Amino acid sequence: MNRIIILPVLLPFATAVLMLLFPRRIATHRLLSLLSGVLLLAVSSLMLWSVLDGGILSLQAGGWAAPFGITMVADTLSCTMLTMASLIGLTTTIYSIGSINPKEEHNLYHPLIQLLLMGISGAFLTGDVFNLYVWFEVMLISSFVLLVLEGRPEQLEGAIKYVMLNLLSSAIFLAAVGLLYGMAGTLNMADLAVRLPLLHHPELLSVVAMLFLITFGIKAAVFPLFFWLPASYHTPPIAVSAILAGLLTKVGVYAIMRFFTTIFILPETDFIYQILLWVSALTMATGVLGAVAQYDIRKLLSFHIISQIGYMIFAVAIHSPLAIAGGLVFIVHNIIAKTNLFYLSGIMRQLTGSWDLRQMGGLYARYPLLSLLFLLPALALAGIPPLSGFWAKLTVILAGIEAEQWPVVAVALFVSLLTLFSMIKIWNEAFWKDDPREEAHRDSGRHLHELSSREKIAMAAPVVLLGLLTVLSGLWFEPLFVIANRAALELLDPSLYIKAVRGGMP
Amino acid sequence: MHSVILATASRYLLALILMFSVFMLLRGHNEPGGGFVGGLVAAAAYALYFLANGLDAARLIFRFEPLRTSALGLFLALLSTLPSLVTGQPFMTAIWVDTGIAPIGKVGTPLLFDLGIYLLVLGITLTIIFSLAEEDGLS
Repeated sequence: MNRIIILPVLLPFATAVLMLLFPRRIATHRLLSLLSGVLLLAVSSLMLWSVLDGGILSLQAGGWAAPFGITMVADTLSCTMLTMASLIGLTTTIYSIGSINPKEEHNLYHPLIQLLLMGISGAFLTGDVFNLYVWFEVMLISSFVLLVLEGRPEQLEGAIKYVMLNLLSSAIFLAAVGLLYGMAGTLNMADLAVRLPLLHHPELLSVVAMLFLITFGIKAAVFPLFFWLPASYHTPPIAVSAILAGLLTKVGVYAIMRFFTTIFILPETDFIYQILLWVSALTMATGVLGAVAQYDIRKLLSFHIISQIGYMIFAVAIHSPLAIAGGLVFIVHNIIAKTNLFYLSGIMRQLTGSWDLRQMGGLYARYPLLSLLFLLPALALAGIPPLSGFWAKLTVILAGIEAEQWPVVAVALFVSLLTLFSMIKIWNEAFWKDDPREEAHRDSGRHLHELSSREKIAMAAPVVLLGLLTVLSGLWFEPLFVIANRAALELLDPSLYIKAVRGGMP
Repeated sequence: MHSVILATASRYLLALILMFSVFMLLRGHNEPGGGFVGGLVAAAAYALYFLANGLDAARLIFRFEPLRTSALGLFLALLSTLPSLVTGQPFMTAIWVDTGIAPIGKVGTPLLFDLGIYLLVLGITLTIIFSLAEEDGLS
């Protein structure tokens, strides 16, 4: 069973290589993408099931024992994240078949998405700090290319900001890895958890922890390191925006969660939680305030990503079992709802011909079903019961109250209100108000019947699927919470993780 | 700027440097060298040929589409990992076959992996050089 761990990395890689061998066969690319997406979802669900059933899986690449070789570990947290990533990978593949320009497909769009998924899977599964760096790079390099696929000037402008800040983050990451290796003599996460408490001179440790916090903070787009995100996420094709918005920042959050519950849990690094606490409040507030001011729907949603990251960071800052479980539930809910909103904004663009909310209008009168599908993720994001976002926010805020962090809890509740406000703003502008365009100019968008049935199905299916998941995970919240709780217990008691990696070693 | 000396020399140097790159590739298992360096050296051979004879001549003598060479390299690297999965060992465990032929000795999956890296680096470097040359109109 342990050997299955490599499949989530190997599958997208093999798919991408096969596509690269036949770079002009677009129909084959689509078929392979779909096939690999379905297989990846099956494999990651199987892994999640087997980890829940039989405990943490681990694999030593090349057969080199733990601290010397590269370790891959699948615990409940990584498997949950992996399942979400493969779900979003599959839906994005379906969505892009209906929405992406065939010219981009010829520019190796599908192989790049597969490589991006490979990087994300690797980052979730690796048990080695340097290997994590490598997966981050795999992920970033594919996202660089995806961002500039159409080669328009504003894409290059956004991508330069994105590349600069992410390269800076990579450089800091590398420096931190070097320092950590110099101090501990190992980069295996489980081995680090054992060795760091035994260090003779742990003074530098707080510096290293801070460096890691900054580098993952840039990836996760927390305050005050988030500037690259709203500058770049509104430029690429909407399918690319959706997969980046759904997954990339969450890899940063995952890394923060992993590092500050498994590795840096010493008295020297305790101040990190205090920093995280204030960072989380500021991230929530600045994100949502940025969103309220926007009229481009993609920019509005991009600022919301930042705001929602704040809740996840808040959960890590409290790091009680309930908080971590709540944080994970929040991540799952957010990945589904946020990606869905990006898909929907692409459909709204198709129907109205504009990204600007002021230019949209009258969608409710023309497409009531679409309006319903929009309301599901929008209200879930605002935290309206019984949708998934309600439970996610409830758990995180309950954990905050338990930990008596009143100011941040107050911020979280207030930000919730503003989230609802900005979702209602989209609703009012795009769906409720009359179509602002003159009767004569209505042809700037496309009517539903002008879309081919392939486009219609490919764009609608992911929205319906993710919308259903938002409702179902709200109505049957318990299974999700049981998984999240299990992940939290594993994270806060690293002995299981250490045992799975190092086996019987002392 | 066409130089007769460089153009004449590059034809012989191409073969020599390519042989050297294969030497680097094979030497890499235990000593400095390997697929990455070998691939770079091979790319340098074609880059020299391109500088001496122009882009079209270089493309002609390389014969393959560089990007496809890299794809093939990735494919070989992928293939080299499969035997470990099939035989039930941890992923990427090296598997060796003793050929029994004295000068060759044991052949294993790491060589296949290195060969993949060699082709990958060669292909990517040439893709970069050729597309930069096209952009500058150096052909």
